[in-house]
Amino acid sequence: MSREGEQAVKAPVRRAGNVRGSAARLGLMAVPVAFFAVFFAYPVAAIVARGLKADGAWRLGRIGDVLAQSDVRHVLWFTTWQALASTALTLLVALPGAYVFARFEFPGKQVLRAVVTVPFVLPTVVVGTAFLALVGRGGLLDELWGLRLDTTVWAILLAHVFFNYAVVVRTVGGLWAQLDPRQEEAARMLGASRLRAWRQVTLPALAPAVAAAALMVFLFTFTSFGVVQILGGPTFSTLEVEIYRQTSQVFDLSTAAVLTLVQFAAVAAVLAVHAWTVRRRETALRLVDAGTTARRPRGAGQWALLAGVLGVIVVLLVLPLAVLVQRSLGASGFGYYRALTREDGGTFLVPPIEAIGNSLQYAVAATAIAVVIGGLAAAALTRRDAGRFVRGFDALLMLPLGVSAVTVGFGFLIALDEPPLDLRASWILVPLVQALVGVPFVVRTMLPVLRAVDGRLREAAAVLGASPWRVWREVDLPMVRRALLVAAGFAFAVSLGEFGATVFIARPDNPTLPVAVARLLGRPGDMNYGQAMALSTILMLVCAVALVVLERLRTDRSGEF
Amino acid sequence: MPSSLLGLEGATVRFGGRAVLDDVDLAVAEHEVVCVLGPSGSGKSTLLRAVAGLQPLDTGRVTLDGRDQAGVPAHKREVGLMFQDHQLFPQRDVAQNIAFGPRMRGATRAEQQDRVRELLELVGLPAAGRRSVGALSGGEQQRVALARALAPRPRLLMLDEPLGQLDRSLRERLVVELRELFDRLGTTVLAVTHDQGEAFALADRVVVMRDGRIAQSGTPLEVWRRPADAFVARFLGFDNVAEASVAGRAADTPWGKVPVPEDAPQGTRTVLVRPAGVRVVGADAGLRCTVAARTFRGTHVAVHLQPEDAPRLEAACALRDAPEVGDAVGVEFDAAEIVVLG
Repeated sequence: MSREGEQAVKAPVRRAGNVRGSAARLGLMAVPVAFFAVFFAYPVAAIVARGLKADGAWRLGRIGDVLAQSDVRHVLWFTTWQALASTALTLLVALPGAYVFARFEFPGKQVLRAVVTVPFVLPTVVVGTAFLALVGRGGLLDELWGLRLDTTVWAILLAHVFFNYAVVVRTVGGLWAQLDPRQEEAARMLGASRLRAWRQVTLPALAPAVAAAALMVFLFTFTSFGVVQILGGPTFSTLEVEIYRQTSQVFDLSTAAVLTLVQFAAVAAVLAVHAWTVRRRETALRLVDAGTTARRPRGAGQWALLAGVLGVIVVLLVLPLAVLVQRSLGASGFGYYRALTREDGGTFLVPPIEAIGNSLQYAVAATAIAVVIGGLAAAALTRRDAGRFVRGFDALLMLPLGVSAVTVGFGFLIALDEPPLDLRASWILVPLVQALVGVPFVVRTMLPVLRAVDGRLREAAAVLGASPWRVWREVDLPMVRRALLVAAGFAFAVSLGEFGATVFIARPDNPTLPVAVARLLGRPGDMNYGQAMALSTILMLVCAVALVVLERLRTDRSGEF
Repeated sequence: MPSSLLGLEGATVRFGGRAVLDDVDLAVAEHEVVCVLGPSGSGKSTLLRAVAGLQPLDTGRVTLDGRDQAGVPAHKREVGLMFQDHQLFPQRDVAQNIAFGPRMRGATRAEQQDRVRELLELVGLPAAGRRSVGALSGGEQQRVALARALAPRPRLLMLDEPLGQLDRSLRERLVVELRELFDRLGTTVLAVTHDQGEAFALADRVVVMRDGRIAQSGTPLEVWRRPADAFVARFLGFDNVAEASVAGRAADTPWGKVPVPEDAPQGTRTVLVRPAGVRVVGADAGLRCTVAARTFRGTHVAVHLQPEDAPRLEAACALRDAPEVGDAVGVEFDAAEIVVLG
């Protein structure tokens, strides 16, 4: 049968009552579903109930009351427009970067790719502080030109670009590098100009990746916490910051619950739109080995583009980190670093340096959980033509990225404190909450690769005598092994940097690095500030090392990150 | 049919209401090489997928060695399938690809190695074991795919457009090699192709499919000599096909009275005039035609003739005798090259 024949045949092949396949998929999905039900839905529901229920009755009227307040509406408005502005700005700045990383070959590319990824895994608090050191009072720009941005929204927007640059470069650039350049050549032979060929052929192919990246950036910035907390001052406040304030300072749980619901609804709406566009756009793309599509820049224009992208990276990504390192070295003879090893009766029960060990242990456990849960979910979601329920599950997996981490963390404390799930005293609580954030990354990284595996390869294996399980092991696994490692690396880095939820549940004698940084920052004095910078630098280095290792594994730039 | 290895009984597959495989009955005897021939979309590939267990039947059944295969998953059917575009595993080398089947069926490492060596020898690539499949040429990929399909000693070997993507000379060479190989191994083969030359060269029996149904089944010679209907005739490349009323030794066609063989069925029939049966004569005799086009076919020239008010005719002429485009010619017919169908 010809190619057209196959097209006609392919879609309905599965439809024909493949009951066994669906059962297997449901089985694979059971574990992730249970995980999300117990460790995500339940805590969030518990905290919402705590806020909106009085004397066993729901007080849904509170929702209207809270939303009627003008300051709440102001927060909502600011949250939305700064997220939109951040997303647009990030795309604007990072898409040329995606192109450069995808199509150009230049010395130091691997290292640079790791460099741009470091910000993404840094704790938000550190990023906020780094930008404060750059654009705030007494910051670098202030010293040099008397320029301060910390009272404007630009500080927040730039910090958001700093954070999310890697999301766009990885998501879009990763796919871009694998698009067959000959598709564009074919369009040019048919009379399309270079720009037109790009618009007609490459852009539609990239559109799902751009949409995915934009969605991701929007979610991150919509729920932005640490950055806005530090750079927003009294003027600018996002929903997440407001939730934190209402929960831990005003102790108005019902307002916090309403805000959580509002944020949840907004995020769910965005994800629904995303799922809809993805479904419409998802097509089997002709992917080639990324290594074959990149070449050295040619001509002044391409060199200028490369230089421009490098300039942006240096100013926007490297400079804040450099300022961070410089501040950590403020005391003579690594004074801040040496102070980290001393017993500190005030802030911690243990020397702050121990936070490194804690963080690494937690992150390893969180990675293991995220890889198992996310891997099962990705395997279940592999089939593009899966049913409505499965697609809904796909979007559901993204929710932890959009739901208030503060709410989840606080929810863990409230919900998981009685039998049969009394985990308050257990160390597993922290990895569990961190894995929640890691799973979406694992799924997003593995799913595109799994879906790109030609179904007929699986059939070829089946006809040669491989059972469904062996087909997975022999055909799918070798192809996704790298993606799996990359996913694990991301889950690891994200776990390492998680702050919003961990801050509620990490115990005082077992702080993680970001929590320790935040606590140091919360105390007055140069010594604490310097130690925070030093600890942040260490965290940054750990993440950087992990990422460089990942880059070595990642000869094929597959997956969305 | 005695000892049929594969049987299909009323096999039907519907995609969205359309029957892609429509009540197909087919039997393949042990050691028989059967070629399913048909245009794109005729259901050939679906037929193979149904036998392989990759496509569930809506109704009907598939039997292997007389046993119903309903509920037997693909990996337990012990049939081999060579995919149209080979589907070699890209991350494995040639030897690992070939060893895949035996390994799935529990062969030891030594057995696998022996089998790989044996098969690489068989397909003429004795030194290719360590090569990456990405580095193979089209013809080599085809050989490796064949070796991989044969390696687990399938009861039935199925080939989906086995030579589809190869260039012509290679295809013609490989067809001969395949035929020899199947004879030597005694393999039972069910192949599908859209290329009649390939089917005729390969098969003991040809099954022509149309719209999910079997239009004709017979030896290559039978099918070639007496296509079952106008569809089969046209599919085999015969364009001189027309409705006619046959009476005695003559048929009344759009081209006028045409002589037919002695034993021709009578009444309203479809008549096929082979190009060799169209004789070009002087413009003053027979049916008046103008030469519309001529194409060189190596052994002869195909001349396309346009009569004044009848469908075009194709004639096979010797190179020397072929008229030029635009010439006015006359046409006469040779009864020995005319077939009354049905």
